[in-house]
Amino acid sequence: MTNLAIAANGLRKSYGDKVVLDGIDLAVPEATIFSLLGPNGAGKTTTVQILSTLIAADGGTAAVGGHDLARKPDDVRGAIGVTGQYSAVDKLLTGEENLLLMADLKHLSRRDGKRKAAELLERFDLLDAARKPAATYSGGMQRRLDLAMTLVGDPRLIFLDEPTTGLDPRSRRSMWQIVRELVASGVTIFLTTQYLEEADELADRIALLDHGRLIAEGTPEELKRLIPGGHIELTFADTHLLDAARHLLGTGIADPQALTLQVPSDGGVRAIRELLVVLDEHSIDIADLSVHTPDLDDVFLTLTGQHKETTR
Amino acid sequence: MSTLTLAVRDSSTMVRRQLKRLIRYPSMTVQLVVTPAILLLVFVYVLGGTLGNGLGGGGGGRDAYVNYIVPGILLMAAATAATGTAVMVATDMTEGIIARFRTMRIYRASVLTGHVVASVIQQLLGMIVLIVIALVIGFRPNATAIEWLATAGLLTLFAIAITWLSVALGLKSPTPEAASNAPMPLVLLPFLGSGFVPTDSMPTVLRWFAEYQPFTPIMETIRGLLLGTPIGNSAAIALAWCVGLTAVSYLWAKNTFNKA
Repeated sequence: MTNLAIAANGLRKSYGDKVVLDGIDLAVPEATIFSLLGPNGAGKTTTVQILSTLIAADGGTAAVGGHDLARKPDDVRGAIGVTGQYSAVDKLLTGEENLLLMADLKHLSRRDGKRKAAELLERFDLLDAARKPAATYSGGMQRRLDLAMTLVGDPRLIFLDEPTTGLDPRSRRSMWQIVRELVASGVTIFLTTQYLEEADELADRIALLDHGRLIAEGTPEELKRLIPGGHIELTFADTHLLDAARHLLGTGIADPQALTLQVPSDGGVRAIRELLVVLDEHSIDIADLSVHTPDLDDVFLTLTGQHKETTR
Repeated sequence: MSTLTLAVRDSSTMVRRQLKRLIRYPSMTVQLVVTPAILLLVFVYVLGGTLGNGLGGGGGGRDAYVNYIVPGILLMAAATAATGTAVMVATDMTEGIIARFRTMRIYRASVLTGHVVASVIQQLLGMIVLIVIALVIGFRPNATAIEWLATAGLLTLFAIAITWLSVALGLKSPTPEAASNAPMPLVLLPFLGSGFVPTDSMPTVLRWFAEYQPFTPIMETIRGLLLGTPIGNSAAIALAWCVGLTAVSYLWAKNTFNKA
């Protein structure tokens, strides 16, 4: 059995009448990237704030890094690192001073602190700016310093709350690379993002959060399979063939104008082969064939759309 | 590591952080010396000749007034610094770095202790500069070494009290702008007390306020220590104010910080 870095049960949080988290369960295995995906206001940041001991949940239990969140918050704090959505660097201090400050607060010896700071400055490409105040850094540099500060104490579990929001594509890619390296070294990452691409790119498992509820959870592939919308689109030379195919298959949406027939399918190779065999046996030629597998965008829009309708 | 070692270690880390920030952002420190220094010069050279004559007792004139005004100026310097501390704390709270500290296994109040200790050091340095300026323009204290030491002790206690108060005010302020207004009344208290003129020249209501507000017994005690004027029960009242204000402000600040 794999150990869980995060195990949460029925977490709830309300601010006044507004329910922000409506009972969410999480199970994040060690050394994996878990992504909480959702639109603005879904409750992603609140989840991170609760799991990182910043705010208390109104209900539910959680163990983070093996420690009970409510009873042993200080042990949780000792096990985690947090890089929030808003830059958590001291802008008046230099990059190096920021890292040394973290080393002091992690109670490293002076020598270990200096070595760690130098190593992180090098790794995060901040050597040239090490002696400049963080206020003069670009957005991407501040975010890198921010993450470097989080890594000073070698936390085994890192929360990244929208780590690439507002970054240019190049900085985003370099952040992704860093995240992959961290997981390769055995660190667990809890990542929130509003970018489907980011979750698809990085995460081992994704949970979709909407209006304070988890509406789906699984690997990116599982989620894509979860929803209808996958189909094979056949194009024919004339309406005669189109009608024949539709009668034969007994299903599908025909478009006489475009001479296409959309046949529901998971888009797998086996399904395609079977379809082609049936058509061939009846000598129905096709002019063109395309496979449409749902992407996370479809999953997201379908699920959040459905969810909105059921809550109305 | 025991809680106490942890508290001391984290707090001293935070003091170093804050001192570095103060060095990096010197306009606050300069303002803390310049504002009271200008007031000192204006009061002594523009108003001092006349005000000094109204002090009663022997001498009078400008020379007497320099001696009279120094305690008030010192407290005003501390109050000015308090404004700066409130702004710094409020600014700090708007930055993500505080959220980071809260997610780390460190002694919680160390951030606040860092602000207070650094600010008190800053204030004491500022007061030394002001005393030197006063000495240059004719301040003639007759204090013994022990009286100087007692003065330093009382000023330190006062600085600690007013700084914890300003930390609490800074934490309570929604924005740094609001924080710069909150401690404003503190800067005026030396005027509404025995800082610039004796309280017995004031109208009844104002005099009543002036005699019972915390700055007056502190200023009277310092005046007594440095110049030999009668202290009476001022020293005891001054100490009580400093300790009481520190205790209340500390709890208020700590509570506010933990709740936020």
